[in-house]
Amino acid sequence: METFDALMQGFAVAITPVNLLWALAGCTLGTAVGVLPGLGPALTIALLLPITFKVEATAAFILFAGIYYGAMYGGSTTSILLNTPGESATIVTALEGNRMARKGRAAAALATAAIGSFVAGTIATIGLTFLAPVVVEFALKFGPAEYFSLMVLAFVTVSAVLGSSALRGLACLFFGIWLGLIGIDLQTGQPRFTFGLVELLDGINVIVVAVGLFAVGETLYLAARHRYGNDEVIPMTGSLWMTVEDWARSWKAWLRGTFIGFPIGAMPAGGAEVPTFLSYYVEKKLSKKPEEFGHGAIEGVAGPEAANNASAAGVLVPMLTLGLPTSATAAIMLSAFQSYGINPGPLLLQNQPQLVWGLIASLYIGNVMLIVLNLPLVGLWVKILQIPAPLLYGGILVFATIGTYGISQSWIDLLLLYAIGGVGYLMRRYDFPAAPVIIGMILGPLAEQEFRRAMTINQGDPSVFLTKPLSAVLLALALAALLGPHLYRRLKR
Amino acid sequence: MNLRIPGSSKNRGPALVGTGVVVFALVVLWQTTQIPVSPLYSKVSPTIFPYMVAGGLLLLGLALIAQAWRGEWGETDAYSDDQPTDRRSLGWLALGLILNVALIDALGFVIASTLLFVCTARAFGSLNWKRDLGIAVALALIAYLGFAKLLGISIGAGVLEGIL
Repeated sequence: METFDALMQGFAVAITPVNLLWALAGCTLGTAVGVLPGLGPALTIALLLPITFKVEATAAFILFAGIYYGAMYGGSTTSILLNTPGESATIVTALEGNRMARKGRAAAALATAAIGSFVAGTIATIGLTFLAPVVVEFALKFGPAEYFSLMVLAFVTVSAVLGSSALRGLACLFFGIWLGLIGIDLQTGQPRFTFGLVELLDGINVIVVAVGLFAVGETLYLAARHRYGNDEVIPMTGSLWMTVEDWARSWKAWLRGTFIGFPIGAMPAGGAEVPTFLSYYVEKKLSKKPEEFGHGAIEGVAGPEAANNASAAGVLVPMLTLGLPTSATAAIMLSAFQSYGINPGPLLLQNQPQLVWGLIASLYIGNVMLIVLNLPLVGLWVKILQIPAPLLYGGILVFATIGTYGISQSWIDLLLLYAIGGVGYLMRRYDFPAAPVIIGMILGPLAEQEFRRAMTINQGDPSVFLTKPLSAVLLALALAALLGPHLYRRLKR
Repeated sequence: MNLRIPGSSKNRGPALVGTGVVVFALVVLWQTTQIPVSPLYSKVSPTIFPYMVAGGLLLLGLALIAQAWRGEWGETDAYSDDQPTDRRSLGWLALGLILNVALIDALGFVIASTLLFVCTARAFGSLNWKRDLGIAVALALIAYLGFAKLLGISIGAGVLEGIL
């Protein structure tokens, strides 16, 4: 009941006209960047981070949450009509959705994706509402040692387990942690890795890294590999009103997708790839018409889309209750909290109830806005898809420049941006994931802080991480996640 | 698994990247030794994490080189040598980026990013530079007004910015 009251107060915050406008702006912008290939929520929120100096926290987070949810809706439109998944989580949607579109059933695919996203988003937000206070109860018992071990577990899962290569994922994670270490060490006042440059004393801004990797690196890669201009946009065909059979085949898939996506997203491992693939596999197994899979089966769109959205809501659970981001977007939202001087963690719900519950309430409202924006107005987004590549990437670089130059009006930031863009190009070319860099950069310094706290309390004796039972269990899990897949492969041989 | 002749041209890129990671790890290591440590903090020193990062990167770099040497580098869609790198496109992009960095302090955001936009459009195969120029100016102005006036973020002074 307590939670319910808190949620109602959240609605009172979210429903003010100004905050409704922020939510609408976020949802619209989010759908647009989700639709546009090459842009994503992480990049967009990074570019908008400077507004944290001007706008009050609740409004900013309502905007960011709208972008976060909106990009999930928009991404499915692109993968259905263009067969170029904007992000790895929508690969599966492209699989069946694009086939449906080619068969003249684009509208039905878009409809089941949007309604499925709505159903999953809403159920998962309910899950978030009631799970968050429970996790907080549990997390309040955590000491620095437990926190550090939990972060180690998250590091391992986001970099080594979820990507295509553990080695490359971990290399990116360490690179990110290194980027986070640059600047003055807050505990001792020692500058680290500043190479004698005054500009680096304050550390590298996460905007520069996120924009460098996601905008500049991606643009360089696409230009160098000629990956543009070859994709045809499939015209919208068919009726948006799904047939009775479509509904019958979709609704169970939506629910199953939700119940696969939310728990996996809510685990401190995160990631949307695993639940979407899992949902696809489950739907294929359970379908009465498995022969349709690979040729445009509607369950193959409905389930993974629901799983994708549900896991996006799930990611907010560790983020809001533990301060533990498990996706690049969540990591950048965490840095937005930091720029307000707010530390996400178990105390967030107590100290900032207006902010957290206002944010959660706005997620419910955002979902309603998004289904309106994405179903009746889908034609608008199809037009956005037709922006020619030269103009799209020119525009992306202009916004990348203004977002970075606005930090301190210094060309050094721009130089750094392009250098990181160059690294991003190589990473993209040799298949290194970008998310671990961002997560390492944001979470690395926090992990170091907890590590030193734990060590200081225990007079510099590192055994504390193994003698506290919970910490030991978490570290053991991390080790198992790191070595498990490798050992399994060895045994199978 | 595809077995390839060690050292063949396909493995060269990955091997170079692995070597780059090792070199980077050594730089991190060297820089870590340069961090002065006060004896007061010697037990929980500010160099513990840097040493962990350097050590981790060193091991990962060596493992990556070994993987590249054995030709095990997971060949993905992102990495295929059938398509040669388009140096011309990269050249146009690099030109745009360099012009932008070089001119933004002197001429301001609007002019510098207009040039960046036109060069980028050229890199992506657009030959209609008059149209690009028009769109570039409009977009740069919208971006400038949006950030500077609407969000109140200072985007610096410049030739055109002074008039607005």
